[in-house]
Amino acid sequence: MADQKDANGRKTGVLEDLKEKSREFGEIVKTKTQEQLEELKKPQETQLYRSIFRIKHDEDPRNRALSTLNNLFFHIHPAKVNRDATRYGYTWGLGGITFYLFIVLVFTGVMLMFYYHPTKVQAFRDILYLENDVPFGRLLRNMHRWAAHLMVMAVWLHMFRVFMSGSYKRPREFNWCVGVLLMVLTLLLSFTGYLLPDDQLGFWAVTVGTNMARATPLLGHQGPFGPQLGMTPYNDVRFALLGGSIVDANALLRAYIWHCIAIPLIASVFMGVHFWRVRKDGGISGPSPVMLEAETKA
Amino acid sequence: MFGDWHQLWVIISTPDNIPIVAMLGLVPFFTWYAFHNMLANDRLIAQLEADPQLARTHHRTTYPYNSRWERELHTNPFLMRKELLAAIIITIILMVWALTLNAPLEEPANASVTMNPAKAPWYFLGLQEMLEYFDPWIAGVIVPTLIIVGLMAIPFIDANPLGNGYYTYHQRRHAVWTFLIGFEGLWLVLVCIGTFIRGPGFMWYWPTQTWDPDRVEFNVNRNLDQIFGINGNWLVHILPASLRPEAVIIARALFGIIPMVVYGIAAALFIHWICMRTEYSRTVYRKMSILQTVTMYIFLITMLFVPVTIFLRLVFRIKYIWETPWFSI
Ligand code: HEM
Repeated sequence: MADQKDANGRKTGVLEDLKEKSREFGEIVKTKTQEQLEELKKPQETQLYRSIFRIKHDEDPRNRALSTLNNLFFHIHPAKVNRDATRYGYTWGLGGITFYLFIVLVFTGVMLMFYYHPTKVQAFRDILYLENDVPFGRLLRNMHRWAAHLMVMAVWLHMFRVFMSGSYKRPREFNWCVGVLLMVLTLLLSFTGYLLPDDQLGFWAVTVGTNMARATPLLGHQGPFGPQLGMTPYNDVRFALLGGSIVDANALLRAYIWHCIAIPLIASVFMGVHFWRVRKDGGISGPSPVMLEAETKA
Repeated sequence: MFGDWHQLWVIISTPDNIPIVAMLGLVPFFTWYAFHNMLANDRLIAQLEADPQLARTHHRTTYPYNSRWERELHTNPFLMRKELLAAIIITIILMVWALTLNAPLEEPANASVTMNPAKAPWYFLGLQEMLEYFDPWIAGVIVPTLIIVGLMAIPFIDANPLGNGYYTYHQRRHAVWTFLIGFEGLWLVLVCIGTFIRGPGFMWYWPTQTWDPDRVEFNVNRNLDQIFGINGNWLVHILPASLRPEAVIIARALFGIIPMVVYGIAAALFIHWICMRTEYSRTVYRKMSILQTVTMYIFLITMLFVPVTIFLRLVFRIKYIWETPWFSI
């Protein structure tokens, strides 16, 4: 490497060269860092954010709307809603609360499944284990239990408000029917879960409950016209529910599968239909302008 | 043994009974709130009906209104923040509840040790209470089916076009009362009886009466035909010889048809009377198709049958109104 001279004729060596370069490099890093720290104040403008949310975040109505429409979870909502429909006073928020409780139940339920075996030997012990040894296990179980009760309460009150606001009327008749089925599914979910701790409470509740199935007309061995159709305790509808003639290991397994897999799946499908129909029926029914008797077609 | 407040407290504070205790407050609150909204709208309706000029220009809700305001709001944030707030409040309630009260766990399941009382979860106690008044195939199968089908039939029976999407009492009095009677007067009241009144042996205990697992109740219930002394004596003379040994049973089965028909006609007349009471309800009633009318009558007559039966049982100790070899009601 030949010696170089600077403008003043001084010799510059490798060391000076390096110094100069690193100073320049330092400048660049500094300005870039400053720039990028500045950008962090607007996370919505980062490539990462845009890759996830797919929208520019400009403060204009179009982007506001897109923030709802372009999001898988939010797009069950319309971009805009009737100004008064957002009031708690009209819907009481109860449909949404029911749905939220369902999500809470799925979440806590899956966590409980990590600790639970649906067998006569282990089920009850697993609950004891959850209550006494699993970190936050008792809280988990309590939350699942009380959220289930809350969901039953919320679903009844939701039905009450839908009725009282006349929201089942045309064009929402079908969605009301979907709702009724959802209520039945909610009750069945709660009831099938009742047996799972395999304690006296669940055992006798399910015994009382399924004993009624004996008396099903045609399909139960004690029901009207059941025996005439060849129903016995070993082939009637109660046997099908319990997987046996008494509440035992098979009943526990059946309750478990209904509770953790089948009914949640069915209910999710119906909820999908329910929400979709709310949108297709023109959004929330009101608060609509009041009509007068004189304005109805007699 | 009345005045046992501890007993009452034990029932109320049972963890699995908390929901129905909470409903005792929530349902009256929401009923009041619904009526609060209804009456506000009804006042507006009355005002608009009295003043057609105003009716033409009014925005027709009871909420604040300004013609310059946008009719619609952006979902984000105006709706979403409310949903978020609701979720947070529910989470807090749930957390507090889960931290303060433990989910119940009894002894391990044991088929040889009967729980006394053996009760269904609170939301099914209405059905279990029905078991006291009806045979299991009615209480456990027919009634739930009718409730589900009946609920689903509501939108198709209700021919009243008013009150669609706003709270109103005066424009849909019959619908409101039907639902209040069905949901609160029957379903929730039966749940409450099952929860608070029924004790060991599913027997009737007044609030603050001590539960006694050894209590025995002598069953003094009688069938309606026994009260009327139906014994088939005169039937023996008309029946063919082969059926004569069955005379009592046949006489009872035939007799039972009478009160059922009488009840059916009385209930139908009552419903008809209600439907014809105001000019507007007459208009709606006339608009209904035959299928709608028949369905409505069947469901209302059946629904009203429940309180009638409960009344006959609790007050007159009547077991069956109509007893036949195949089914009894
Ligand atoms: C798992 C149970 C249910 C869930 C998660 C659910 C959820 C919802 C949600 C989120 C809405 C939007 C409006 C609101 O929040 O009120 C709604 C509306 C509605 N629900 Fe449900 N619901 C359930 C059960 C029911 C039941 C039991 C009924 C009636 C028997 C019902 C009938 C309706 C009707 C007719 C609407 C439209 C109301 C309107 O447009 O104002 N739903 N539901």
